[in-house]
Amino acid sequence: MVTSTSVTQQPPLVSVRDLSISYGAKVALRGVELDVMSNEILGIIGPANAGKTSFLRALNRMDDFVPGMRVEGSVKFAGREVRDIRNHYALRRHIGVVFPLPVGLPLSIYDNVALAPRLAGRRKKSELDEVVERCLRRAALWDEVKDRLGSLGSLLSGGQQQRLTIARALSQDPELLLLDEFSIAVDPVTTMRIEEVLKGLRSELTIVLVTNLVQQARRLADRTAFFLGGQCVEIHKTEDMFAGGVKDPRTIDYLEGRFG
Amino acid sequence: MSLQAVFRATPHEARSFTVQQLVRLLFLAMTLLLLLPVLGILAVLVVEGAPGLSLDFFLTKPRDNGAAGGIATALVGTIWLTAGALLLALPLGVAAAIYLSEYARDNWLTRTINIAIVNLAGVPSIVHALFGVGAFVHFMGFGKSILAASCTLAVMTLPVMIVATRESLQAVPKAFREACWNMGATRWQTIWRIVLPNSGGGILTGLILVVCRAVGETAPIMFTGAVFLREPFPNDVFDKAMALSFHLYTVSTQVTDVPAHVPFAVALTLILVVLAMNALAIYVRMHLRGRKKW
Repeated sequence: MVTSTSVTQQPPLVSVRDLSISYGAKVALRGVELDVMSNEILGIIGPANAGKTSFLRALNRMDDFVPGMRVEGSVKFAGREVRDIRNHYALRRHIGVVFPLPVGLPLSIYDNVALAPRLAGRRKKSELDEVVERCLRRAALWDEVKDRLGSLGSLLSGGQQQRLTIARALSQDPELLLLDEFSIAVDPVTTMRIEEVLKGLRSELTIVLVTNLVQQARRLADRTAFFLGGQCVEIHKTEDMFAGGVKDPRTIDYLEGRFG
Repeated sequence: MSLQAVFRATPHEARSFTVQQLVRLLFLAMTLLLLLPVLGILAVLVVEGAPGLSLDFFLTKPRDNGAAGGIATALVGTIWLTAGALLLALPLGVAAAIYLSEYARDNWLTRTINIAIVNLAGVPSIVHALFGVGAFVHFMGFGKSILAASCTLAVMTLPVMIVATRESLQAVPKAFREACWNMGATRWQTIWRIVLPNSGGGILTGLILVVCRAVGETAPIMFTGAVFLREPFPNDVFDKAMALSFHLYTVSTQVTDVPAHVPFAVALTLILVVLAMNALAIYVRMHLRGRKKW
Protein backbone atom coordinates (compact mmCIF):
# COMPACT_ATOMS: atom_id res chain seq x y z
CA MET A 1 0.00 0.00 0.00
CA VAL A 2 1.37 3.37 -0.96
CA THR A 3 1.21 5.78 1.90
CA SER A 4 0.29 9.37 1.42
CA THR A 5 3.71 10.55 2.55
CA SER A 6 5.58 8.57 -0.12
CA VAL A 7 3.12 9.90 -2.67
CA THR A 8 4.00 13.46 -1.89
CA GLN A 9 7.76 12.84 -1.82
CA GLN A 10 8.20 11.22 -5.24
CA PRO A 11 7.55 13.07 -8.48
CA PRO A 12 4.55 11.56 -10.25
CA LEU A 13 5.18 8.98 -13.00
CA VAL A 14 2.49 10.51 -15.14
CA SER A 15 1.43 14.09 -14.90
CA VAL A 16 -1.53 15.34 -16.88
CA ARG A 17 -2.39 19.03 -17.11
CA ASP A 18 -5.30 20.67 -18.88
CA LEU A 19 -5.79 17.66 -21.15
CA SER A 20 -8.50 17.99 -23.79
CA ILE A 21 -9.29 15.45 -26.44
CA SER A 22 -11.61 15.75 -29.38
CA TYR A 23 -12.59 13.66 -32.37
CA GLY A 24 -13.51 16.10 -35.09
CA ALA A 25 -16.25 18.23 -33.59
CA LYS A 26 -16.96 15.81 -30.75
CA VAL A 27 -15.22 16.67 -27.50
CA ALA A 28 -14.32 13.58 -25.49
CA LEU A 29 -12.34 15.11 -22.67
CA ARG A 30 -11.76 18.63 -21.44
CA GLY A 31 -9.43 20.15 -18.93
CA VAL A 32 -8.41 17.00 -17.07
CA GLU A 33 -5.67 17.40 -14.45
CA LEU A 34 -4.36 14.22 -12.88
CA ASP A 35 -1.18 12.73 -11.48
CA VAL A 36 -0.34 9.04 -11.41
CA MET A 37 2.17 8.16 -8.71
CA SER A 38 4.79 5.45 -9.06
CA ASN A 39 3.68 2.04 -7.82
CA GLU A 40 0.09 2.95 -7.27
CA ILE A 41 -3.05 1.55 -8.82
CA LEU A 42 -5.17 4.42 -10.01
CA GLY A 43 -8.76 3.44 -10.66
CA ILE A 44 -10.84 5.42 -13.12
CA ILE A 45 -14.57 4.88 -12.92
CA GLY A 46 -17.43 6.48 -14.74
CA PRO A 47 -20.24 5.69 -17.16
CA ALA A 48 -19.81 5.15 -20.90
CA ASN A 49 -18.70 8.20 -22.90
CA ALA A 50 -17.06 9.74 -19.85
CA GLY A 51 -13.72 9.95 -21.69
CA LYS A 52 -11.97 7.17 -19.77
CA THR A 53 -10.63 5.34 -22.82
CA SER A 54 -9.64 8.57 -24.54
CA PHE A 55 -7.66 9.46 -21.43
CA LEU A 56 -5.74 6.18 -21.65
CA ARG A 57 -5.15 6.69 -25.36
CA ALA A 58 -3.46 10.01 -24.72
CA LEU A 59 -1.00 8.51 -22.24
CA ASN A 60 0.98 6.48 -24.76
CA ARG A 61 0.16 8.63 -27.77
CA MET A 62 -2.26 6.19 -29.31
CA ASP A 63 -3.81 9.24 -30.96
CA ASP A 64 -1.09 8.80 -33.59
CA PHE A 65 -3.06 5.79 -34.89
CA VAL A 66 -6.53 7.31 -34.69
CA PRO A 67 -7.29 9.64 -37.58
CA GLY A 68 -9.12 12.72 -36.40
CA MET A 69 -8.18 12.38 -32.72
CA ARG A 70 -6.81 15.65 -31.36
CA VAL A 71 -5.00 15.90 -28.06
CA GLU A 72 -4.31 19.24 -26.41
CA GLY A 73 -2.68 20.05 -23.12
CA SER A 74 0.22 18.40 -21.40
CA VAL A 75 0.92 14.73 -20.68
CA LYS A 76 4.23 14.03 -19.00
CA PHE A 77 5.59 10.52 -18.58
CA ALA A 78 8.62 10.22 -16.27
CA GLY A 79 9.01 13.97 -16.52
CA ARG A 80 9.04 14.09 -20.33
CA GLU A 81 6.32 15.64 -22.44
CA VAL A 82 5.06 12.63 -24.45
CA ARG A 83 4.18 14.79 -27.44
CA ASP A 84 7.85 15.75 -27.80
CA ILE A 85 9.35 12.30 -27.37
CA ARG A 86 10.88 11.44 -30.71
CA ASN A 87 11.44 7.78 -29.90
CA HIS A 88 7.77 7.04 -29.36
CA TYR A 89 8.54 3.33 -29.84
CA ALA A 90 10.43 3.40 -26.53
CA LEU A 91 7.57 5.29 -24.91
CA ARG A 92 5.13 2.58 -25.97
CA ARG A 93 7.50 -0.17 -24.85
CA HIS A 94 7.43 1.36 -21.37
CA ILE A 95 3.64 1.39 -21.32
CA GLY A 96 1.68 -1.84 -21.56
CA VAL A 97 -1.91 -1.65 -22.76
CA VAL A 98 -4.81 -4.07 -22.35
CA PHE A 99 -8.09 -3.32 -24.08
CA PRO A 100 -11.61 -4.54 -23.27
CA LEU A 101 -11.65 -6.98 -26.18
CA PRO A 102 -8.79 -9.46 -26.05
CA VAL A 103 -6.36 -9.44 -28.94
CA GLY A 104 -4.68 -12.79 -29.45
CA LEU A 105 -2.30 -12.21 -32.31
CA PRO A 106 -2.39 -14.92 -35.00
CA LEU A 107 0.84 -16.41 -33.68
CA SER A 108 1.51 -19.30 -31.34
CA ILE A 109 0.94 -18.67 -27.65
CA TYR A 110 4.70 -18.69 -27.16
CA ASP A 111 5.29 -16.23 -29.99
CA ASN A 112 2.56 -13.93 -28.68
CA VAL A 113 4.41 -13.47 -25.42
CA ALA A 114 7.89 -13.56 -26.96
CA LEU A 115 6.98 -10.90 -29.53
CA ALA A 116 7.83 -7.84 -27.46
CA PRO A 117 11.24 -9.13 -26.31
CA ARG A 118 12.00 -10.15 -29.88
CA LEU A 119 11.00 -6.73 -31.18
CA ALA A 120 13.45 -5.33 -28.66
CA GLY A 121 16.16 -7.51 -30.18
CA ARG A 122 16.36 -10.34 -27.66
CA ARG A 123 17.04 -13.65 -29.39
CA LYS A 124 18.36 -16.12 -26.83
CA LYS A 125 16.01 -19.07 -26.52
CA SER A 126 16.64 -19.59 -22.80
CA GLU A 127 15.96 -15.92 -22.11
CA LEU A 128 12.75 -15.94 -24.14
CA ASP A 129 11.60 -19.18 -22.48
CA GLU A 130 12.05 -17.53 -19.13
CA VAL A 131 10.08 -14.41 -20.13
CA VAL A 132 7.26 -16.47 -21.62
CA GLU A 133 6.87 -18.66 -18.55
CA ARG A 134 7.13 -15.77 -16.08
CA CYS A 135 4.58 -13.62 -17.93
CA LEU A 136 2.12 -16.44 -18.50
CA ARG A 137 2.35 -17.40 -14.84
CA ARG A 138 1.72 -13.84 -13.77
CA ALA A 139 -1.28 -13.59 -16.04
CA ALA A 140 -2.64 -16.81 -14.46
CA LEU A 141 -2.57 -18.63 -17.78
CA TRP A 142 0.52 -20.83 -17.54
CA ASP A 143 -1.14 -23.93 -16.09
CA GLU A 144 -3.77 -23.98 -18.82
CA VAL A 145 -1.45 -23.60 -21.79
CA LYS A 146 1.97 -24.90 -20.74
CA ASP A 147 1.44 -28.11 -22.74
CA ARG A 148 0.39 -26.36 -25.94
CA LEU A 149 2.51 -23.27 -26.25
CA GLY A 150 2.73 -23.93 -29.98
CA SER A 151 -0.98 -23.60 -30.69
CA LEU A 152 -2.51 -20.40 -32.01
CA GLY A 153 -3.09 -17.68 -29.43
CA SER A 154 -5.92 -16.20 -31.48
CA LEU A 155 -7.96 -19.39 -31.13
CA LEU A 156 -8.00 -19.48 -27.33
CA SER A 157 -11.26 -18.74 -25.53
CA GLY A 158 -12.07 -15.10 -24.81
CA GLY A 159 -10.98 -15.21 -21.18
CA GLN A 160 -7.77 -17.02 -22.02
CA GLN A 161 -7.01 -14.58 -24.82
CA GLN A 162 -7.44 -11.70 -22.41
CA ARG A 163 -4.95 -13.25 -20.02
CA LEU A 164 -2.66 -13.83 -22.99
CA THR A 165 -3.02 -10.13 -23.81
CA ILE A 166 -2.07 -9.27 -20.24
CA ALA A 167 0.91 -11.64 -20.40
CA ARG A 168 1.99 -9.94 -23.60
CA ALA A 169 1.69 -6.51 -22.04
CA LEU A 170 3.84 -7.71 -19.11
CA SER A 171 6.46 -9.14 -21.47
CA GLN A 172 7.38 -5.58 -22.43
CA ASP A 173 8.57 -5.01 -18.85
CA PRO A 174 6.46 -1.87 -18.69
CA GLU A 175 6.73 0.85 -16.04
CA LEU A 176 3.09 1.61 -16.52
CA LEU A 177 0.24 -0.74 -17.28
CA LEU A 178 -2.98 0.63 -18.74
CA LEU A 179 -5.99 -1.61 -18.32
CA ASP A 180 -9.20 -0.65 -20.06
CA GLU A 181 -12.12 -2.65 -18.66
CA PHE A 182 -10.05 -5.79 -18.91
CA SER A 183 -12.65 -8.01 -17.26
CA ILE A 184 -15.49 -7.54 -19.75
CA ALA A 185 -14.65 -10.75 -21.63
CA VAL A 186 -13.41 -12.68 -18.60
CA ASP A 187 -15.39 -14.88 -16.22
CA PRO A 188 -15.65 -13.76 -12.58
CA VAL A 189 -13.33 -16.44 -11.19
CA THR A 190 -10.57 -15.56 -13.62
CA THR A 191 -11.20 -11.88 -12.99
CA MET A 192 -10.50 -12.43 -9.31
CA ARG A 193 -7.30 -14.30 -10.15
CA ILE A 194 -6.12 -11.48 -12.41
CA GLU A 195 -7.01 -8.96 -9.72
CA GLU A 196 -4.76 -10.85 -7.29
CA VAL A 197 -1.99 -10.71 -9.88
CA LEU A 198 -2.47 -6.96 -10.29
CA LYS A 199 -2.22 -6.42 -6.55
CA GLY A 200 1.05 -8.34 -6.60
CA LEU A 201 2.40 -6.25 -9.46
CA ARG A 202 2.00 -3.01 -7.56
CA SER A 203 5.44 -3.40 -6.05
CA GLU A 204 7.01 -3.41 -9.52
CA LEU A 205 4.92 -1.16 -11.68
CA THR A 206 2.21 1.43 -11.85
CA ILE A 207 -1.28 0.62 -13.03
CA VAL A 208 -4.06 2.77 -14.39
CA LEU A 209 -7.23 0.73 -14.26
CA VAL A 210 -10.27 1.95 -16.16
CA THR A 211 -13.30 0.01 -15.06
CA ASN A 212 -17.03 0.33 -15.09
CA LEU A 213 -17.25 -1.98 -12.11
CA VAL A 214 -17.22 0.34 -9.13
CA GLN A 215 -16.44 -2.57 -6.82
CA GLN A 216 -13.40 -3.52 -8.88
CA ALA A 217 -11.94 -0.08 -8.32
CA ARG A 218 -12.79 -0.40 -4.65
CA ARG A 219 -10.99 -3.75 -4.41
CA LEU A 220 -7.87 -2.74 -6.31
CA ALA A 221 -7.26 0.97 -6.51
CA ASP A 222 -5.20 3.07 -4.13
CA ARG A 223 -6.85 6.17 -5.46
CA THR A 224 -9.97 6.42 -7.57
CA ALA A 225 -10.97 9.09 -10.04
CA PHE A 226 -14.53 9.62 -11.21
CA PHE A 227 -14.96 10.71 -14.82
CA LEU A 228 -18.22 12.07 -16.18
CA GLY A 229 -19.01 13.81 -19.43
CA GLY A 230 -15.37 14.29 -20.40
CA GLN A 231 -14.30 15.70 -17.05
CA CYS A 232 -12.57 14.35 -14.02
CA VAL A 233 -15.17 15.16 -11.42
CA GLU A 234 -13.07 14.21 -8.42
CA ILE A 235 -10.24 12.02 -7.28
CA HIS A 236 -9.67 10.63 -3.79
CA LYS A 237 -7.93 7.87 -1.95
CA THR A 238 -10.16 4.89 -2.55
CA GLU A 239 -11.00 4.29 1.09
CA ASP A 240 -12.10 7.92 1.46
CA MET A 241 -14.14 7.72 -1.72
CA PHE A 242 -16.13 4.79 -0.39
CA ALA A 243 -16.29 6.15 3.15
CA GLY A 244 -18.32 9.19 2.24
CA GLY A 245 -15.40 11.46 1.38
CA VAL A 246 -16.88 12.56 -1.93
CA LYS A 247 -18.14 16.07 -2.41
CA ASP A 248 -19.96 16.08 -5.71
CA PRO A 249 -23.56 14.79 -5.68
CA ARG A 250 -23.02 13.20 -9.13
CA THR A 251 -20.25 11.02 -7.73
CA ILE A 252 -22.45 9.95 -4.84
CA ASP A 253 -25.24 9.07 -7.26
CA TYR A 254 -22.87 7.03 -9.40
CA LEU A 255 -21.28 5.20 -6.48
CA GLU A 256 -24.67 4.35 -5.09
CA GLY A 257 -25.81 3.04 -8.45
CA ARG A 258 -28.41 5.66 -9.20
CA PHE A 259 -27.08 5.94 -12.76
CA GLY A 260 -24.40 4.46 -14.97
CA MET B 1 -60.60 -17.18 -35.69
CA SER B 2 -59.55 -20.72 -34.94
CA LEU B 3 -55.92 -21.38 -34.17
CA GLN B 4 -55.38 -23.28 -37.48
CA ALA B 5 -56.67 -20.38 -39.52
CA VAL B 6 -53.67 -18.33 -38.43
CA PHE B 7 -51.50 -20.29 -40.84
CA ARG B 8 -53.85 -20.12 -43.81
CA ALA B 9 -52.44 -17.79 -46.46
CA THR B 10 -54.38 -14.60 -46.98
CA PRO B 11 -54.99 -13.60 -50.61
CA HIS B 12 -52.25 -11.00 -50.25
CA GLU B 13 -49.79 -13.58 -48.95
CA ALA B 14 -50.72 -16.05 -51.70
CA ARG B 15 -49.99 -13.42 -54.30
CA SER B 16 -46.60 -12.58 -52.84
CA PHE B 17 -45.69 -16.28 -52.73
CA THR B 18 -46.46 -16.56 -56.45
CA VAL B 19 -44.41 -13.48 -57.25
CA GLN B 20 -41.54 -14.75 -55.19
CA GLN B 21 -41.54 -18.08 -57.06
CA LEU B 22 -41.62 -16.34 -60.44
CA VAL B 23 -38.76 -14.02 -59.53
CA ARG B 24 -36.69 -16.94 -58.32
CA LEU B 25 -37.21 -18.87 -61.57
CA LEU B 26 -36.51 -15.81 -63.70
CA PHE B 27 -33.18 -15.13 -61.98
CA LEU B 28 -32.26 -18.80 -62.12
CA ALA B 29 -32.89 -18.77 -65.87
CA MET B 30 -30.70 -15.70 -66.32
CA THR B 31 -27.90 -17.29 -64.34
CA LEU B 32 -28.08 -20.45 -66.46
CA LEU B 33 -28.11 -18.28 -69.59
CA LEU B 34 -24.80 -16.89 -68.40
CA LEU B 35 -23.33 -20.35 -68.36
CA LEU B 36 -24.25 -21.01 -72.00
CA PRO B 37 -21.45 -19.04 -73.70
CA VAL B 38 -18.84 -20.49 -71.35
CA LEU B 39 -19.98 -24.03 -71.99
CA GLY B 40 -20.37 -23.28 -75.70
CA ILE B 41 -16.82 -21.99 -76.03
CA LEU B 42 -15.42 -24.92 -74.12
CA ALA B 43 -17.46 -27.44 -76.10
CA VAL B 44 -16.45 -26.03 -79.48
CA LEU B 45 -12.80 -25.83 -78.49
CA VAL B 46 -12.73 -29.34 -77.10
CA VAL B 47 -14.58 -30.88 -80.02
CA GLU B 48 -12.56 -29.06 -82.68
CA GLY B 49 -9.23 -28.74 -80.95
CA ALA B 50 -8.79 -31.82 -78.80
CA PRO B 51 -7.90 -34.11 -81.71
CA GLY B 52 -5.01 -31.76 -82.52
CA LEU B 53 -3.61 -31.84 -79.00
CA SER B 54 -0.79 -34.24 -78.33
CA LEU B 55 2.51 -34.24 -76.56
CA ASP B 56 4.09 -33.82 -79.97
CA PHE B 57 2.03 -30.69 -80.61
CA PHE B 58 3.47 -29.11 -77.45
CA LEU B 59 7.03 -30.27 -78.03
CA THR B 60 7.68 -29.60 -81.71
CA LYS B 61 8.38 -26.23 -83.24
CA PRO B 62 5.96 -24.80 -85.80
CA ARG B 63 6.69 -25.27 -89.48
CA ASP B 64 5.27 -23.60 -92.61
CA ASN B 65 4.36 -20.41 -90.70
CA GLY B 66 2.45 -22.44 -88.17
CA ALA B 67 0.46 -24.46 -90.66
CA ALA B 68 2.31 -27.60 -89.61
CA GLY B 69 4.32 -28.77 -86.65
CA GLY B 70 3.55 -27.81 -83.07
CA ILE B 71 3.65 -24.78 -80.79
CA ALA B 72 6.79 -25.37 -78.72
CA THR B 73 8.37 -21.96 -79.42
CA ALA B 74 5.11 -20.14 -78.73
CA LEU B 75 4.64 -22.02 -75.47
CA VAL B 76 8.17 -21.27 -74.32
CA GLY B 77 7.82 -17.64 -75.40
CA THR B 78 4.62 -17.25 -73.39
CA ILE B 79 6.37 -18.69 -70.35
CA TRP B 80 9.19 -16.15 -70.73
CA LEU B 81 6.80 -13.24 -71.18
CA THR B 82 4.59 -14.27 -68.29
CA ALA B 83 7.46 -14.94 -65.94
CA GLY B 84 8.95 -11.57 -66.81
CA ALA B 85 5.67 -9.76 -66.22
CA LEU B 86 5.27 -11.56 -62.91
CA LEU B 87 8.79 -10.79 -61.70
CA LEU B 88 8.14 -7.10 -62.33
CA ALA B 89 4.52 -6.81 -61.24
CA LEU B 90 4.83 -8.85 -58.03
CA PRO B 91 7.39 -6.79 -56.10
CA LEU B 92 6.12 -3.47 -57.47
CA GLY B 93 2.49 -4.33 -56.81
CA VAL B 94 3.08 -5.67 -53.31
CA ALA B 95 5.25 -2.69 -52.40
CA ALA B 96 2.67 -0.23 -53.66
CA ALA B 97 -0.14 -2.09 -51.91
CA ILE B 98 1.78 -2.12 -48.62
CA TYR B 99 2.42 1.59 -48.92
CA LEU B 100 -1.21 2.39 -49.72
CA SER B 101 -2.64 0.13 -47.05
CA GLU B 102 -0.16 0.56 -44.22
CA TYR B 103 1.63 3.87 -44.58
CA ALA B 104 -0.36 6.31 -46.67
CA ARG B 105 -2.50 8.81 -44.85
CA ASP B 106 -5.85 9.73 -46.30
CA ASN B 107 -4.84 12.86 -48.20
CA TRP B 108 -5.10 14.18 -51.74
CA LEU B 109 -1.99 12.31 -52.87
CA THR B 110 -3.33 8.95 -51.73
CA ARG B 111 -6.70 9.65 -53.27
CA THR B 112 -5.03 10.64 -56.55
CA ILE B 113 -2.99 7.44 -56.56
CA ASN B 114 -6.10 5.37 -55.93
CA ILE B 115 -7.92 7.06 -58.79
CA ALA B 116 -4.88 6.50 -61.01
CA ILE B 117 -4.89 2.78 -60.19
CA VAL B 118 -8.56 2.44 -61.04
CA ASN B 119 -7.99 4.30 -64.30
CA LEU B 120 -4.93 2.26 -65.16
CA ALA B 121 -7.08 -0.85 -64.82
CA GLY B 122 -9.56 0.63 -67.28
CA VAL B 123 -7.06 1.58 -69.99
CA PRO B 124 -7.60 -0.56 -73.12
CA SER B 125 -4.79 -3.00 -73.76
CA ILE B 126 -3.99 -1.53 -77.18
CA VAL B 127 -3.23 1.77 -75.47
CA HIS B 128 -0.89 -0.06 -73.12
CA ALA B 129 0.72 -1.53 -76.21
CA LEU B 130 1.40 1.89 -77.69
CA PHE B 131 2.65 3.14 -74.34
CA GLY B 132 4.97 0.13 -74.21
CA VAL B 133 6.35 0.90 -77.66
CA GLY B 134 7.06 4.48 -76.68
CA ALA B 135 8.34 3.88 -73.17
CA PHE B 136 10.15 0.57 -73.27
CA VAL B 137 11.00 -0.19 -76.91
CA HIS B 138 12.19 3.31 -77.81
CA PHE B 139 12.73 5.49 -74.76
CA MET B 140 14.32 2.85 -72.53
CA GLY B 141 16.01 1.37 -75.56
CA PHE B 142 15.01 -2.21 -74.87
CA GLY B 143 14.10 -2.65 -78.53
CA LYS B 144 11.40 -5.08 -79.51
CA SER B 145 12.17 -7.73 -76.94
CA ILE B 146 10.86 -10.00 -74.21
CA LEU B 147 11.93 -7.37 -71.69
CA ALA B 148 9.90 -4.59 -73.33
CA ALA B 149 6.87 -6.87 -73.69
CA SER B 150 7.13 -8.08 -70.10
CA CYS B 151 7.36 -4.49 -68.86
CA THR B 152 4.27 -3.60 -70.85
CA LEU B 153 2.37 -6.58 -69.47
CA ALA B 154 3.55 -5.70 -65.96
CA VAL B 155 2.28 -2.13 -66.24
CA MET B 156 -1.01 -3.42 -67.53
CA THR B 157 -1.46 -5.96 -64.73
CA LEU B 158 -0.13 -3.83 -61.86
CA PRO B 159 -3.56 -2.48 -60.86
CA VAL B 160 -4.86 -6.04 -60.43
CA MET B 161 -1.86 -6.96 -58.31
CA ILE B 162 -2.14 -3.81 -56.20
CA VAL B 163 -5.86 -4.05 -55.60
CA ALA B 164 -5.81 -7.76 -54.74
CA THR B 165 -2.91 -7.31 -52.34
CA ARG B 166 -4.36 -4.20 -50.74
CA GLU B 167 -7.67 -5.96 -50.11
CA SER B 168 -5.94 -8.84 -48.42
CA LEU B 169 -3.83 -6.53 -46.25
CA GLN B 170 -6.95 -4.64 -45.25
CA ALA B 171 -8.59 -7.90 -44.23
CA VAL B 172 -6.12 -8.26 -41.35
CA PRO B 173 -7.89 -6.68 -38.36
CA LYS B 174 -6.73 -3.24 -37.24
CA ALA B 175 -6.67 -4.49 -33.64
CA PHE B 176 -3.67 -6.69 -34.47
CA ARG B 177 -1.76 -3.70 -35.75
CA GLU B 178 -2.64 -1.54 -32.76
CA ALA B 179 -1.60 -4.30 -30.39
CA CYS B 180 1.79 -4.44 -32.07
CA TRP B 181 2.24 -0.67 -32.23
CA ASN B 182 1.39 -0.46 -28.55
CA MET B 183 4.28 -2.80 -27.84
CA GLY B 184 6.63 -0.36 -29.50
CA ALA B 185 6.79 -2.18 -32.82
CA THR B 186 7.53 -0.07 -35.86
CA ARG B 187 5.18 -0.13 -38.81
CA TRP B 188 7.52 -2.40 -40.72
CA GLN B 189 7.97 -4.85 -37.83
CA THR B 190 4.18 -5.06 -37.63
CA ILE B 191 3.83 -5.59 -41.36
CA TRP B 192 6.58 -8.19 -41.48
CA ARG B 193 5.53 -10.23 -38.46
CA ILE B 194 1.75 -9.93 -38.44
CA VAL B 195 0.21 -8.41 -41.55
CA LEU B 196 2.09 -10.04 -44.43
CA PRO B 197 2.06 -13.61 -43.08
CA ASN B 198 -1.72 -13.36 -42.88
CA SER B 199 -2.40 -11.94 -46.30
CA GLY B 200 -0.68 -14.57 -48.43
CA GLY B 201 -3.96 -15.75 -49.93
CA GLY B 202 -4.81 -12.39 -51.44
CA ILE B 203 -1.32 -11.84 -52.78
CA LEU B 204 -1.47 -15.27 -54.40
CA THR B 205 -4.84 -14.47 -55.95
CA GLY B 206 -3.40 -11.29 -57.42
CA LEU B 207 -0.43 -13.18 -58.72
CA ILE B 208 -2.57 -15.74 -60.50
CA LEU B 209 -4.79 -13.05 -62.00
CA VAL B 210 -1.63 -11.44 -63.34
CA VAL B 211 -0.55 -14.72 -64.88
CA CYS B 212 -3.94 -15.27 -66.49
CA ARG B 213 -3.97 -11.84 -68.09
CA ALA B 214 -0.33 -11.99 -69.14
CA VAL B 215 -0.89 -15.35 -70.80
CA GLY B 216 -3.96 -14.21 -72.68
CA GLU B 217 -3.17 -10.67 -73.85
CA THR B 218 -2.19 -10.14 -77.46
CA ALA B 219 -2.23 -6.42 -78.17
CA PRO B 220 0.37 -5.30 -75.60
CA ILE B 221 2.95 -7.80 -76.82
CA MET B 222 2.52 -7.71 -80.56
CA PHE B 223 4.24 -4.32 -80.92
CA THR B 224 6.69 -4.75 -78.09
CA GLY B 225 8.20 -8.21 -78.27
CA ALA B 226 6.11 -10.95 -79.81
CA VAL B 227 6.89 -12.09 -83.33
CA PHE B 228 5.02 -13.92 -86.01
CA LEU B 229 7.56 -16.69 -86.37
CA ARG B 230 10.90 -17.35 -84.78
CA GLU B 231 12.79 -20.59 -85.13
CA PRO B 232 15.09 -20.66 -82.02
CA PHE B 233 13.98 -20.50 -78.40
CA PRO B 234 14.81 -17.19 -76.71
CA ASN B 235 18.22 -17.01 -75.03
CA ASP B 236 17.82 -13.87 -72.96
CA VAL B 237 15.34 -11.10 -72.29
CA PHE B 238 16.56 -9.02 -75.21
CA ASP B 239 15.44 -11.66 -77.72
CA LYS B 240 12.12 -11.52 -79.41
CA ALA B 241 9.77 -14.42 -78.80
CA MET B 242 6.70 -16.11 -80.14
CA ALA B 243 3.66 -16.20 -77.86
CA LEU B 244 0.60 -18.41 -77.72
CA SER B 245 -1.93 -15.61 -77.94
CA PHE B 246 -0.20 -13.95 -80.89
CA HIS B 247 0.30 -17.33 -82.54
CA LEU B 248 -3.43 -17.94 -82.30
CA TYR B 249 -4.05 -14.62 -84.01
CA THR B 250 -1.63 -15.41 -86.85
CA VAL B 251 -2.73 -18.96 -87.52
CA SER B 252 -6.38 -17.96 -87.56
CA THR B 253 -6.11 -14.85 -89.73
CA GLN B 254 -2.71 -14.33 -91.30
CA VAL B 255 -1.61 -17.71 -92.65
CA THR B 256 -3.36 -19.55 -95.44
CA ASP B 257 -3.60 -23.32 -95.71
CA VAL B 258 -3.72 -23.88 -91.98
CA PRO B 259 -5.54 -27.11 -91.14
CA ALA B 260 -8.84 -26.24 -89.49
CA HIS B 261 -8.00 -27.90 -86.19
CA VAL B 262 -4.76 -25.97 -85.53
CA PRO B 263 -6.27 -22.64 -84.35
CA PHE B 264 -8.66 -24.56 -82.13
CA ALA B 265 -5.85 -26.58 -80.64
CA VAL B 266 -3.88 -23.41 -79.90
CA ALA B 267 -6.95 -21.76 -78.36
CA LEU B 268 -7.64 -24.83 -76.28
CA THR B 269 -4.08 -24.78 -75.00
CA LEU B 270 -4.49 -21.13 -73.99
CA ILE B 271 -7.75 -21.83 -72.21
CA LEU B 272 -6.30 -24.86 -70.46
CA VAL B 273 -3.38 -22.82 -69.13
CA VAL B 274 -5.74 -20.16 -67.79
CA LEU B 275 -8.18 -22.70 -66.34
CA ALA B 276 -5.34 -24.57 -64.70
CA MET B 277 -4.10 -21.37 -63.06
CA ASN B 278 -7.60 -20.53 -61.85
CA ALA B 279 -8.07 -24.03 -60.47
CA LEU B 280 -4.77 -23.68 -58.64
CA ALA B 281 -5.92 -20.36 -57.18
CA ILE B 282 -9.18 -21.87 -55.97
CA TYR B 283 -7.37 -24.84 -54.47
CA VAL B 284 -4.85 -22.68 -52.64
CA ARG B 285 -7.50 -20.34 -51.29
CA MET B 286 -9.54 -23.30 -50.01
CA HIS B 287 -6.42 -24.66 -48.40
CA LEU B 288 -5.64 -21.32 -46.73
CA ARG B 289 -9.20 -20.92 -45.52
CA GLY B 290 -8.97 -24.39 -44.01
CA ARG B 291 -6.48 -23.18 -41.45
CA LYS B 292 -8.21 -20.06 -40.28
CA LYS B 293 -6.19 -18.13 -37.78
CA TRP B 294 -8.77 -16.01 -36.01
